[in-house]
Order: sequence, then C-alpha cells, then structure tokens
Amino acid sequence: MAGLLAVKGRALTIEKRGDISKAAMILNPILSVALALLVGGTFLVLTGHDPLEIYSTMLKGAFGSAYGLSETVVKAIPLLLSGLAVSVAFRMQLWNIGAEGQLYFGAIAATWVALFHADGSRIIVLSMMVGAAFVAGGLWAMIAAIPRAFFKVNETITTLMLNYVAILYSNYLIYGPWKDPEGYNFPLTAIFPESAVLPVLGTSRIHFGLFFGLAAALILYVALWHTKWGYEIRVIGESPVAARYAGMNIVKNILIVMFISGGLAGIAGMAEVSGISQRLQPGLSPGYGYTAIIVAWLARLNPFTMLGVSFIFGGLLVGGYTMQTSGLPAALVSMLQGAILFFVLGGEIFTKYRLVLTGGDRKEV
Amino acid sequence: METMLVKMVSITKKFPGVIANRNVDFELKAGQIHALLGENGAGKSTLMSVLTGLYMPDDGEIHIKGRKVSFTSPRDAISAGIGMVHQHFRLVNSFSVAENIVMGSSSEGFLIDMHEAEKKLAAFSEDYGLNVIPKAKVWQLSVGEQQRVEIVKMLYRGAEILVLDEPTAVLTPQESRELFATLRRMTDRGKGVIVITHKLQEVMENADRITVLRDGQSVATFNVRDTNPKELAQAMVGRDITGSYELPEITKCETILQLKNLSAYGDRGQIALKEINLAVRRGEIVGLAGVAGNGQKELAEVIAGLREVAGGKLHFLGKDYTGKSVRQIVDAGVSLIPEDRLGTGLVGSLDAVSNSILKNYRLKDAGRGWFINWRSVRKCTDKLVKDYDVKLTRLEAPVKLLSGGNLQKLLLAREMSNNPEIIVAVYPARGLDIGAIETVRNTLLKQREQGKAIVLISEELEELFALSDRIAVIHEGEIMGTVDRDCLDLNEIGMMMAGERKELANGRVASS
Repeated sequence: MAGLLAVKGRALTIEKRGDISKAAMILNPILSVALALLVGGTFLVLTGHDPLEIYSTMLKGAFGSAYGLSETVVKAIPLLLSGLAVSVAFRMQLWNIGAEGQLYFGAIAATWVALFHADGSRIIVLSMMVGAAFVAGGLWAMIAAIPRAFFKVNETITTLMLNYVAILYSNYLIYGPWKDPEGYNFPLTAIFPESAVLPVLGTSRIHFGLFFGLAAALILYVALWHTKWGYEIRVIGESPVAARYAGMNIVKNILIVMFISGGLAGIAGMAEVSGISQRLQPGLSPGYGYTAIIVAWLARLNPFTMLGVSFIFGGLLVGGYTMQTSGLPAALVSMLQGAILFFVLGGEIFTKYRLVLTGGDRKEV
Repeated sequence: METMLVKMVSITKKFPGVIANRNVDFELKAGQIHALLGENGAGKSTLMSVLTGLYMPDDGEIHIKGRKVSFTSPRDAISAGIGMVHQHFRLVNSFSVAENIVMGSSSEGFLIDMHEAEKKLAAFSEDYGLNVIPKAKVWQLSVGEQQRVEIVKMLYRGAEILVLDEPTAVLTPQESRELFATLRRMTDRGKGVIVITHKLQEVMENADRITVLRDGQSVATFNVRDTNPKELAQAMVGRDITGSYELPEITKCETILQLKNLSAYGDRGQIALKEINLAVRRGEIVGLAGVAGNGQKELAEVIAGLREVAGGKLHFLGKDYTGKSVRQIVDAGVSLIPEDRLGTGLVGSLDAVSNSILKNYRLKDAGRGWFINWRSVRKCTDKLVKDYDVKLTRLEAPVKLLSGGNLQKLLLAREMSNNPEIIVAVYPARGLDIGAIETVRNTLLKQREQGKAIVLISEELEELFALSDRIAVIHEGEIMGTVDRDCLDLNEIGMMMAGERKELANGRVASS
C-alpha cells in the first residue's frame, strides 16, 4: 500500500491486523463513547453550558428514577425490535435502511385490525395485530428485496425512499379515510378498543412489547447460530462466492431475510401503536428505524448485546427530553448520537488495522 | 551503444511467510521489448511492483538510466519515466478519453485547457499509431481501446519505460497484433517496454529479450533468436520432470464423468470452452495441461455447476446433469477443490468448525432437522484436523489466519470427508510448501485407489506427469488431444499446449 505520509524513504502506512483482539473489541466502543462525549462537551462549553451538569441531568433523567428508567425501557422497545430487524439484513450485507417505513407499515396494519376487526378476545385480536404487522412490514420490505434479489437494484436507496412513501401513506390514512369521525377533525384515528391494547407492567408505561423484543432476540440468536438456515445466512453474508460454491440459494435467502427484517420492524410499529399511542397518529416514530441502525452497529449485530445498547440509547433519548425541558435544543441530543456513531465506526478501523512506520526500522505506532 | 534504461540489482522482497523475490537481477535496454516470463506466483508482478514504486524492496538497488533511485510511491516512479499498464485498467468510465489522460497528470496546472489537451492528444496518438478518439467516453470503448488509452496516458506523462501486466489476456488475437505493433513503434523511438506474460508463443513472436522467473528467482535471460519454446518451457517449470509416482493398476471400466460436446461462455461472454469431449473413469486421474487462461477455470466451474452449460451434455454416473443446480451436483458427489481456497473454498472470517460443514450442513451429519449440533461437528472437525495434520492454534480461530498449506489441507479434509465420486482439483498445489504438496498428492492418489474419478488441473507439468493416468491438453478452450501415461512426451505436450493438435504435434516430434 502506498504511504500515507512519506518522508525520506519512510512512510506511515495502514496494515491489516491478524486476529482481532478481545480487548480491542471491548475497548473500542467504550473509548468511542468517551470521545463522543468529549466532543459533545466541547460544543456544550462553546455554547455556554456546563457539560458535566448537562450530562448528569441527562443521566438522572434517564436512569435516576423509577419513572425515568421505565421511560427508558419504553423507548428501548422499538429500538430493540427495529435494531434486530436491520441486524438480520446487515448480517447478509443487505443494507436495509427502511426499518422506519416498515415500522410504519406494521403500525398501519395493526391499526387496521384494531379499528375494523377487533371483535374477539384480547389475545386473538393482539395476535392478529402482530401477525398483520409482521406480514405488512415484510411485504413492504419485499418491494425493495425483489429487485435487489433478481436485478441487483441497490437496496440502500430503495428502502430509504420507501420510508417517505410509508410515512406519507400513514398520514394520508390519518388525515383521510381513517380519521376519527368524533375527533373534532384532529389528525388522529379513533382510539383502539380495549382488546387491541397491549397490557402494561403495573402502573408504568412499559408494555408487553418488551417481551416481543426479548423473544425476538432469543429466537434470532438460536436461528442464526444453531440452525442450518442461520448458517447459510452467515456464510452468504461473509462470502457470497463460497455460498454459491456450497450450493446455497442466495436469491431465496435475500427474500427471506428481507421479509423477516421488515416483519420485525413491523412488530416494532405494532407495539408502538398498541402499547403507547393506542391509535395511529402523525409522528409515530421519532426516527426509531434510523437510530436502530446505530444500535445494530454498536452491538456488532449481536442480538444479546443489542439488549444493552438499545437500553442505553433509550436512555439517551429520554435524557434528551429531560434536557429539552430544561431549555437545551433537541438538536444537541441528535448531535451526540451522531458523534457516537461517528467515533465507533471510525474507531472500527483501529480494531482491524494498525498504523505502521515502514521504510526504516519497522515500528508500530 | 545500447542505453541501459533499467538495471535492477539483487532485488529481494519478502512478505510475511513468503519470499516473493530473491536476489533478482533484471536489465532493460532502450529500444527493446523485454518479456518477463514465469508461472503464476513466480514473482513477476512483485518485481514490477518494486520497479513501479508500489512496493519498496527489502534489499537491492534500482538504477534508471544509470542513476540510482529509491521510489517511495508510484508517483516517484512516474516522474522517473516509468509507466505501468495494469491488467485492470485505472480509468474513470464516465470521463472522456482526454479527461482520463489529463487527470492526475502533474504537468497540468490548476486550470486545464481541455481543447488544447485534446489537440495535443490527437497529434500524439497519431504519432504512435494509437487510434484513440479524445472526446469519446471510456465506457463506450472496447477493452482493446481502453488499453490504448492507458498506454497513451503513460506516454502523455512522459513514460520512457512502459510496463504491461499480461496485456493480451483481455485481447482478441487481432487486437494483440495491433498492440505489439504499437509497442514496436515505441521501441523504435528508443523507449523500453516490459511485458509480463506466461504465453510462450507471444513471447517468441514479439519480444527481443526474455527473462524467466521461477519461485521468486531469476532463472535465465535469453535473446529471443537464441532460444526456442521448449527451452523456455523447461526454464519456466523446472528442468527435471522426475519423481513419478507408481500408480497401482486399477481396473477402470466404468465411466463416471463424461463431457459430451460441452461448450460454455467465459466471464466476458467469449466462448471459453468449445465442444469439449472428455471421459473420466473410476480410479483414474486425468490431468488437464495447458497454459493458464485457456479454459481450465471454466471447465472446472462447468463440472461443479457454477457456470452455465451453453451447449452439449454433462453426465455423472451415466445420468444427465446438464443445467442442474450446484446443490444437485454437490449432492451427486462432485467435489471441486477450487483455485481460490480462501474466498471460494473456505470462508475466511469463520472458524474451522463452521467451515468443515460448508458442503454437508444440510445432511444429518451436521445435526438433526433444522438444527446444527455444534458439539458433534466440532468433534468431527477435530478429527479431520488431526487426520490431515492441519496446524492451527485453536479450532475457533478464523481460518483466514491459516497459511496456504494448512488452508488447503483443511479444504481437502472437508471435501474428502464427504466421500465424493468425482473430484475436480484446480491448481491444488499452487503456492504450497513441500509438506502440503505431499498431502495434496497423496490424497489424490488415495482417492484414485478408492475408485474416484479425478480431474487434475495444473500448470506444473511435473505434477501432471507424476500423477496422471492420462493427460488432456487444452488450448483456447479446445482439447488438443489426450496422451496416455505410458506415452508421455514433454515435447509433444508442449506443442499441444502451444496450440497444435495431437496428430500434428506427434508427427513433428517424431521427425525431429
């Protein structure tokens, strides 16, 4: 490789590391978050705030009280579900950026069941809602998956574009045909009947969607690491050439994986409408489908690590709201999230590569 | 007096675990086309990467026109007048020819007068008989035209010394002739040209001098008028073709693998295999000899189901498998030992345990129903690794950390554990150490004794002579003929590799 900086026959070059050390894998995210907080802190100082005070307000808001903690879990649920959703696709190098739209379609399908087919016991209605949300999210993902599988159409762009379509379609329903006739013309659907609302834990807002997330993580783990299908997915993701050589059906698996990915995001949408808002309304998701991408990467696509990471990001969101109520711009929170992703992905290169001084004595820097 | 354009003295370049060049000397005179000949992995490309500043040598000196130089980047080499035309062109498809040529040229200032550049270019290409249209976009050009753009680009940047890496690999015969005519015009103007190649015929027709590399060392330099293809072939593959194995007699009646008038297209849509007829019987190793790039890769892929059959039939055990899926062919007992061990044969980022079930994960051996029983798979892997003496630190380490020899042993272990009926081994010993080569050969011989049908594709005639019951020679996608073990003759095989049919080659050898 050509030198990055060449001085008198010596050059600083990037060299691939052999085995990736455990320490590097653990240290990297920690250092990245620390650096992100440092950069965020600098901005806070420059805008005339005390970073330590702000960070501690955030921490207290998110984790410092029973209410804060429960709210953090509430935010973590959709993050976990859509994080798992994108991670399945990412594992196969399918860049599904469309969890947001798939989440909306899941919510739409669940709402459809809740508004028009909610006659039955709670368990039946809720099961129908979950099923409808999974299928709707999955089918929405298929729109991007089919051209990807058969014609190699770039799924990053199609899934992203479909997000806007899904959100606008949901708005159309809310402002149009599904608007609550008794809602004083507010852009909301009618409130769901009791049988279409997910049960909650005690008096908190933590709803049954938490168990969907936990179950999904467990099922995905088992499916990916202990089944023949999961083995195929991992081989295709790591080396499509080897997968073809082994006789694996790549096209079929692209379709299956995108369907599951969209379906899981759809369940996240179902959990939001049924567990939190109890109706379809605009701004259902504050970008969970996008934050999920960060969550999935930080967790290195590992379903169990994702439990912790989505909890922390839930905390970040709740902490952000706390700061907003104390007069800080919401953009600062988004900036912090961005900074964390930037440093984690940037730091990734140092777990895989190292800097080496070549030419004279070989020395590691 | 002839000017010495390039003088490389005792160049040594090491990579972790490999010495790619060992004390190689190389000289290029002005006005000459100098061919660098050698098998894959002989160190040709490394040597030229050292000359063009991509690699810094660990030892040795480079002199350009008598001046000692030390390049730290390709830019240094370009400013010293050395231009390289890579096998994969470095052109921007959506840019025009002129834009590609001017782009990155250090002689241009911040502002570029495209009109002026185009005029200059047109005059320039006419001078060398390089017909390029400055305004054409690169994506509109054929491969041969793109190559001409690369050459003009180098000349435009003031290259006195032009290095071309396998330039004719992507060209039609007509285009190849035009290319060498152009190169000749350049040498007539006092420039020097180095061509990396392994095509003997081309070298004999077009080069002035030839340096042969083998195993990272320079074997000899010949003047083209003082040598012949046979001498070059021997220098390339090593002089001694001895050490033949005793092949135990086996009754080989039943034909297991049969290709009938089989044709296939190559990656670029060219005809890569032309009506191939080949039958391999139980307990037989059929060697496929040929200069690399004559259809060997395509033949192996067609048998493994990885490449579509364009015409003809493919039979295993008497059943028609034409157009069947890879999975069906794997299940029929066809095992491919691919050329590209890491990437095709094994998944680098997965561990040995995961890699050990790549072919049979669907079967009961890997676990019942939908699940994989990793504990029992691990136990089997452990046994395979021990049986084949694969050296690894732990079973859970990603296999990309293994050396070439250990990778190949692991791959063989896996493939043989599935008890295949038909084995296609593509360059199975390439780049391996002696120990691993022994394992490869013994494995193939053992499989032969067990009654498997084996196709062995190799560039090393020594290996083919040692192991094959018969040798079929392929040239430009056609089988030139098949020679039985008892009648093997190096000259005859050499002639057939150069494109003569068996009957002709036979006659020529007999009369000489």
